[in-house]
Amino acid sequence: MAVPSDIQTTFLLGRLDWNAIPQDPIVWATGVVVAIGGAGLLWMLHKYRLWSYLWHEWFTTVDHKKIGIMYVVLALIMFVRGFADAIMMRLQQAIAFGGSEGYLNAHHYDQIFSAHGVIMIFFVAMPFVTGLMNYVVPLQIGARDVSFPFLNNLSFWMTVGGAVLVMMSLFVGEFAQTGWLAFPPLSGIGYSPYVGVDYYIWGLQVAGVGTTLSGINLLVTIIKMRAPGMTMMRMPIFTWTSLCTNILIVASFPVLTATLVLLTLDRYVGTNFFTNDLGGNAMMYVNLIWIWGHPEVYILILPLFGVYSEVVATFTGKRLFGYTSMVYATVCITILSYLVWLHHFFTMGSGASVNSFFGITTMIISVPTGAKIFNWLFTMYRSRIRFELPMMWTIAFMLTFVIGGMTGVLLAVPPADFVLHNSLFLVAHFHNVIIGGVLFGLFAAVYYWWPKAFGFRLDPWWGKVSFWFWVVGFWVAFAPLYILGLMGVTRRVRVFDDPSLQIWFVIAAFGAVLIAIGIAAMFIQFGVSIARRDQLRDETGDPWDGRTLEWATSSPPPAYNFAFTPVSHGLDTWWDMKRYGQTRPRAAYVPIHMPKNTGTGVIVAGLSTICGFALVWYIWWLAALSFAGIVIASILHTFNYARDYHIPAEEVRATEDARDRQLASAGV
Amino acid sequence: MTHLFKRLSWLAPLPLLAGCEAVVLSPSGDIAARQAELLVQSTLLMLIIIVPVMALTVWFAWRYRASNRQATYNPDWDHSTKLELVIWAIPLLIIVCLGALTWVGTHLLDPYRPLDRIDAETPVSNQQPLQVQVVAMDWKWLFIYPEQGVASVNELAVPVDRPVQFTLTSTSVMNAFYIPAMAGMIYAMPGMQTTLHGVFNEAGEYQGLASHYSGAGFSGMRFKAHALDGAGFDAWVAEAADSGETLDRARYLELEEPSENVPPMVFAPVDPQLFSRVVNMCVEEGRMCMAEMMAYDAQGGLGLPGIANVAALAEPGRGTPRPVLGLPPFQVTGICTVEELDQMLASATPADSTPRDMSPLRGRALEAPQGILGRNLIPNRLTQATPPAGADQNL
Repeated sequence: MAVPSDIQTTFLLGRLDWNAIPQDPIVWATGVVVAIGGAGLLWMLHKYRLWSYLWHEWFTTVDHKKIGIMYVVLALIMFVRGFADAIMMRLQQAIAFGGSEGYLNAHHYDQIFSAHGVIMIFFVAMPFVTGLMNYVVPLQIGARDVSFPFLNNLSFWMTVGGAVLVMMSLFVGEFAQTGWLAFPPLSGIGYSPYVGVDYYIWGLQVAGVGTTLSGINLLVTIIKMRAPGMTMMRMPIFTWTSLCTNILIVASFPVLTATLVLLTLDRYVGTNFFTNDLGGNAMMYVNLIWIWGHPEVYILILPLFGVYSEVVATFTGKRLFGYTSMVYATVCITILSYLVWLHHFFTMGSGASVNSFFGITTMIISVPTGAKIFNWLFTMYRSRIRFELPMMWTIAFMLTFVIGGMTGVLLAVPPADFVLHNSLFLVAHFHNVIIGGVLFGLFAAVYYWWPKAFGFRLDPWWGKVSFWFWVVGFWVAFAPLYILGLMGVTRRVRVFDDPSLQIWFVIAAFGAVLIAIGIAAMFIQFGVSIARRDQLRDETGDPWDGRTLEWATSSPPPAYNFAFTPVSHGLDTWWDMKRYGQTRPRAAYVPIHMPKNTGTGVIVAGLSTICGFALVWYIWWLAALSFAGIVIASILHTFNYARDYHIPAEEVRATEDARDRQLASAGV
Repeated sequence: MTHLFKRLSWLAPLPLLAGCEAVVLSPSGDIAARQAELLVQSTLLMLIIIVPVMALTVWFAWRYRASNRQATYNPDWDHSTKLELVIWAIPLLIIVCLGALTWVGTHLLDPYRPLDRIDAETPVSNQQPLQVQVVAMDWKWLFIYPEQGVASVNELAVPVDRPVQFTLTSTSVMNAFYIPAMAGMIYAMPGMQTTLHGVFNEAGEYQGLASHYSGAGFSGMRFKAHALDGAGFDAWVAEAADSGETLDRARYLELEEPSENVPPMVFAPVDPQLFSRVVNMCVEEGRMCMAEMMAYDAQGGLGLPGIANVAALAEPGRGTPRPVLGLPPFQVTGICTVEELDQMLASATPADSTPRDMSPLRGRALEAPQGILGRNLIPNRLTQATPPAGADQNL
């Protein structure tokens, strides 16, 4: 066991001592690689004098576009970590047969599956989706930035802070061995006495502040900052789904925060909210966490439904079929997502009527979801489909997601859930919808909006390599899990004794290798595209013949997005502008009022991370000091009156003239 | 119904399964079999819409590819009320059917509902279910047979074709009890009691497992479930009774200490109130049972003097360490005499669980739909149990 059995607490370092370094060669090797890589990176930054550039142009930025890109970079980095966990699990399960213990002990394996879930949901899917919304939504509604630009920067850095805490747990101490939702009593101080669950709690709390603030920010942005003429029913579908997602975030993340606070009190001061004894009730935690947890899955998928809608309309060259029903379907899903949480624990002994109620509400969600699928389908009907990569991802999504949806409805039938709950069938189901729905959509979105963000397209050949390895790899990796689930195999098991199961785990591991190649191809695609950026250049700002406002500006857009706020006269504003030959105003430029960069976000988030670390290790003086620092920095920020500046009219004119020359050279 | 399932099973989207044993789809107990039937029926019902959608996706994608200039191109066609009605209505209709199936199936296969049939042909006559009390421990399963006065660890034996009523709890953390061949899973949680009814229809040795992750030794929490004929079960009980190792409260506390990959053990005799004490969390000496506490609270509680009715834990052990900033852990001290408590716990033993109501569920009046060939497509399998004379009709 790597957990120190007798933990001494000192004033200076709390629980932190040499025993906190995991006694595990795999972790050491990882640590060495990370240290060398990190040192190399720092040296490069120093050598090319990039510190100042990074600090002034990126870290302190309040530009929604740059923050969006940083979110996606964070998501990609964490994705590599989360996928490394996945590969390790697949390998362990493929070899731990016939008396073999595999290569991971329980302490390590249990951390890996917990970390995999936490990282993939909180630090990959969430930042990826948030980054996407951050980048695209203001452009789609014709705004210059989000409502609260500084808050946006702070939200991002808080998310980074949470990710840093989770990553730190790999090398200092341990991560939770509780599964990704940390059900008590297992996650209570009684059964998880060391720092794992504390890392989990503080990692999520720090990141959760960021998520909640970012939800409020985007919600207000969409409500208040739409271009004139853009009524609610003229908003692009992606903006609509983002709106619903942010409503869900604002309404559900406080529940997570409160639940984790109660768990924290149980662990730190000995309250009895979720303990076995003295009036505690662990099932209350299960209810609360799923009241957050179920909306969370719609928080992840809804924006991607928006992405598919945009992609389908663009690449079929056709208006989206059934815009209105698409909107109502999205709103239905938003509301219904709060009425289904109990389907995550049919097997915990609720009565038949309660189970039926939640089973049926769950199935009802498939009606608006089904309507969405049909809407995409009928958008394709009588269209001209260009099979660019985003469209390929969308078709792959439609074929994959309906299967995941079907197994989901199946799991909503309580008697079926009694035999499939906690099984690998369930694991296959939610990977089916999260990979097939969320991840495929994110890849479509990256390929679709990359030219907008960077001014050049991504290389399609490597993109196609990635696509095929991903799609095939997904099915090879997860079809065996469906089968194993039907063979009565449950999740989170480390060693097996039935040798007939092994072949399926080996196939699944092979699928994971295919996915790994797909991921590698994606990164190669980024590299190749950056190297060949001059051939792949997008001069027009509208490489896909798009329909919504983000394609009306240059690629990449200027800091102010639009020199004059566009006016919307209907759906598909940019498509209409093109159709009616509307051109940009080219005179009478005025200075543009913009928010100014600030380092407060980095400072507050950094102090929050330190505070979280101190609380994990019981270093009370540091926790108090950093908390005081957070309060002081926040107060000082309110006295900073140099928050805005004007881009002079001449600079706007110069930028817009350059854009004119660019368009002329592109022949538009 | 079993043959319908067997006839249709080739339709299930799992041709790969032909070569391996999918215990969930071909179990050996009636409850699990009916759960599997429902699973297959729901799948087929959904395939009615899933298959056309997938086919249309592929067809449209191919037909309306940009290079196919023959295909109609109608870029402004974005609305059709008729079509929209259809695309909302068809999923809705399927969900209505599935919802009905769910409502009935969930009530019929509720783990708390005493069995009304042994298998498709045999209703339960005046047969009392076998009582098995299950305790999920770190990391092993304890099975107590209160009627037989024996107990076993990591080994379950039950007679074939006799309903079994499991009452479950846990010592420390949440767990779930699952014998895929017999019936669906149910959680076992500390301080709480859950119930599961099931039956084995074929003798054999089956895999039982913990299906909710419970900590380091979780993977090793597997046990063999033996479905034995009547004589075999009696022999197993007799053998267990001869073991000579008593399971009393002291031995239980020893057993409760975490251990992994525990080989099967048997005990006899067993403290008849042990399970009750586990559920009430008062196996240790001096601790107030939850039943006692609830009895006081029901009468208004102990008031201010109740605050003093606590004692520091002699040795704060696993599960109750001292939190870094909080008070030292304590326990509420029991007040009742041993006799009073015994009486209280004895009265808390599970009530008689013969099926209260053998009558068909409501909806009997609806005849099953006739297939095109005039055969019952769905035999009215929800109402097999014939109501005994004088049965209460108010379900």
